[in-house]
Parts: sequence; C-alpha cells; structure tokens
Amino acid sequence: MSHSHDDHHHSHDHTEPPEELELRVKALESLLVEKGLVDIDTLNAIIDNYEHKVGPRNGAHVIAKAWVDPRFKAQLMADATEAVASLGYMGRQGEHLQVVENTNDTHNLVVCTLCSCYPWTVLGLPPVWYKSAPYRARAVSEPRAVLAEFGTSLPSKVKIRVWDSTSEMRYLVMPQQPVGTENFSEEKLRALVTRNSMIGVELAASPQFLKDESK
Amino acid sequence: MKGGHDLGGRHGLGPINPEPELEEPVFHAEWERRVFGLTLATGLLGQWNIDESRFARESQHPADYLKNSYYQNWLVGIEKLLVQKKLLTQAELESLKAELNSRTALSALDKNQALTSINKGGPTAMAATGAPAFAVGDEVRAKKIHTQGHSRLPAYAQGAVGIIEATYGCHVYPDKNAAGERVGEYLYRVRFSSEQLWGSSAENSEVLVDLWQPYLEPIAAQKRTL
Repeated sequence: MSHSHDDHHHSHDHTEPPEELELRVKALESLLVEKGLVDIDTLNAIIDNYEHKVGPRNGAHVIAKAWVDPRFKAQLMADATEAVASLGYMGRQGEHLQVVENTNDTHNLVVCTLCSCYPWTVLGLPPVWYKSAPYRARAVSEPRAVLAEFGTSLPSKVKIRVWDSTSEMRYLVMPQQPVGTENFSEEKLRALVTRNSMIGVELAASPQFLKDESK
Repeated sequence: MKGGHDLGGRHGLGPINPEPELEEPVFHAEWERRVFGLTLATGLLGQWNIDESRFARESQHPADYLKNSYYQNWLVGIEKLLVQKKLLTQAELESLKAELNSRTALSALDKNQALTSINKGGPTAMAATGAPAFAVGDEVRAKKIHTQGHSRLPAYAQGAVGIIEATYGCHVYPDKNAAGERVGEYLYRVRFSSEQLWGSSAENSEVLVDLWQPYLEPIAAQKRTL
C-alpha cells in the first residue's frame, strides 16, 4: 500500500531519521565535549534522569494519595507545588504546579498550543502526540473531537475546560476516582491513574483494567 | 511572533494518532536522547534563558518548523544559540570541528551540580511592582499584538474578550526575557468561552489562557460576573 496521510504524519514524527542527522548530533556532542562546554557524565546523567527516574508514576502517586487522603487532597488543591514536593517530586517544569479536578459537571484538558509545556516533575517528558501539531491545533478549538480520538466521550452537558499552558504555570488533571474502587488501597489505585488521564484526554482506568493487565 | 509554532485553532493538520500509552518509549531514537540532554546541559551554562531558547526554535521559517520533528527543532534551537552566544563559531558549527584554541572561559557543570540545579528548578515568580490593573471577574480584551519578537499571547486569543479568573502575582515577562531582560509583570488566568474564540463551532467548552498584564486591555464598562 502506498503511504496514506496517516502514515506520513506518523513517520514524520518518529521513524528513523536520515543518517546525516545521527552523525550531525554525534559530531556536535563531540565538539561541545572537546570545548569543555559539556561533560559526558553530566549529559548521561541528565538523560537517565528523564528516561528512567522522572515519569507519570510520580503523578499517579500524587493522584491516588489525594483520592484516599482528604487532608493531602486539600493541601494539593491549595498549593500543588508544595504538596507534591512533600512527596519528593520537584524541579524543572514543576515550579508552579496547579491541580485541576474533574467533576460530574466539568472535565479538564491540558495543552500547550505554543510549544510543549508539561509538568515534568509529575509526568516526565511529554508523549509525541502531546507535542504534535494536530493536538496543539485542535485541543483548544474542538476538544470533543480530540477526546473522541482517544476513545473518550463525555455527555454534552459536561463543560470542557481546556488549559493552554502559555505561562510557567503547569497543570495536572485529577481524574475522577472510578466507581467501584472506594475500598481500594492507594497502591492499587495508582495503577488506574494513567498518564493520559492526568493530561485529560482519557478518564482513569476502570478496575476491569487491572484484571486485564494481570492476565 | 506569529510563527509556525502558534498552532491553536489551525486546520488541516490531520488526526492525532497517539501511540498507546504503555508502548511509547520516552525517546524514539538515540539522537533524540542526545539532543534532549545537550539542550539541558548547554542550558545549564547559564548563557540563555527559557524564553530565548523557545524563541530560537520558534523563529524558524514556519515551513521548516512544521516539517521538522520535535527534537529536530530543539537541535536547530541549540545550534542557533551556541553561535549567537559565541560558544561556537559559525565555522565550527559548519565543520562540526573545534578550531585551534577555541575553548571558552565557560566550563561544563559536573553531574552533581547539574542534577541539583535540575531538581531545584527555576521559579519565575517575581516581587510585585505596583498594584495589579485587573481583578478577578473583570472583563478584558486580549490585545492585538503584531510583534516580530517573542510573545506568549497566542494568535487565536488576540482580540477576544475574556474574564479574569485568577491572579497569579508577578512572573517573569517572556517578551522581555527573550531579549535578556528579566522583569516581572502581573500574570492572570483568563477564561474565554468557545463562542468568543471560535464562533459557531462552539461545543460547551472554554479555554483558560495564562496572560501577562501587557497583553490585556480593559473593556469600557467592566462587569464582574464570575
């Protein structure tokens, strides 16, 4: 089959780049190291930090704890930066954090139309789709169609609040706790708090998800 | 500037095609990993700030910005800044080879300094200067600002009327920060209805945009209807 539009879009975002690009980046790295501007151990430590240490499990910890601990939830809603730091999550792209809570009447969705602003301390680096032109273009103007592409459908009476991260404020969505999980432990709830639910493109996973995963 | 990056409300960009959450790696190629790391590592030299970094990526030709993948735009950004800030010469960038005696007075942070700095972050809150011009509930219009310089006022909000929903105090003002001048301006969360932004395509939604005071003007008869 020839390339459809979809293939084109997909490959354009993340297939193997031309070899020249690989070589160019390698040469630039060597040049910066040679000039003493970059330390190779530092470079590797930075990459390791964002590839393996900071990620959406941090955010899932925060949300699951808020679901089971009303005192923590109150702190989180009042000053998310502080509350999240008390769990040990702080740093770049999380200096001014706010948690926005989904309810029966309101659903929150986060985007950065101008670049890729994202709460790194609790979610890690953003996925490709979050940084892509279609998401950035459409989340503000047709959020329901965007949600539908993630398989999420909300009643029309639910108001969608789209947060465009144009400043250094960073937004984390608190999804609604799934029905039927009232007696779950915090540990078990964490598994239901997906990254996508904390961006707002999906709801938290249903308890059925845990059963499917353990098969 | 209204460059290729200012995407809110644009048409014709196709579907989103997300990768399944549990299958998506943090990086999709070794060069992406290196470009990400090099961007942070060179940023730690303290020769440019986040708005200069954004502007370096965003001030490309719009066709290039949209054609490049995400980390290709980051690569363009650091290459541009390294030359602008005289950490590399244009000849070094073209040949990707160091010239003789080309070391600068700067030196790389070691691993511990770098991680400490990253984990500390860089808050943008500033001491307040004067009283804020707007209060929660005020109706405001986002100005039309047709600047070639860096701005965080999206094109789709320009000219639209919204309501101040929250005041965040003073934060570093990006338009000046991108020119190397760190000044604080009041930052507000402004709520725009979808009718106001998109007219008949409204779908029971609203958009919250964080806007600095210089981006906003009062509406003649201010209503407080939050």
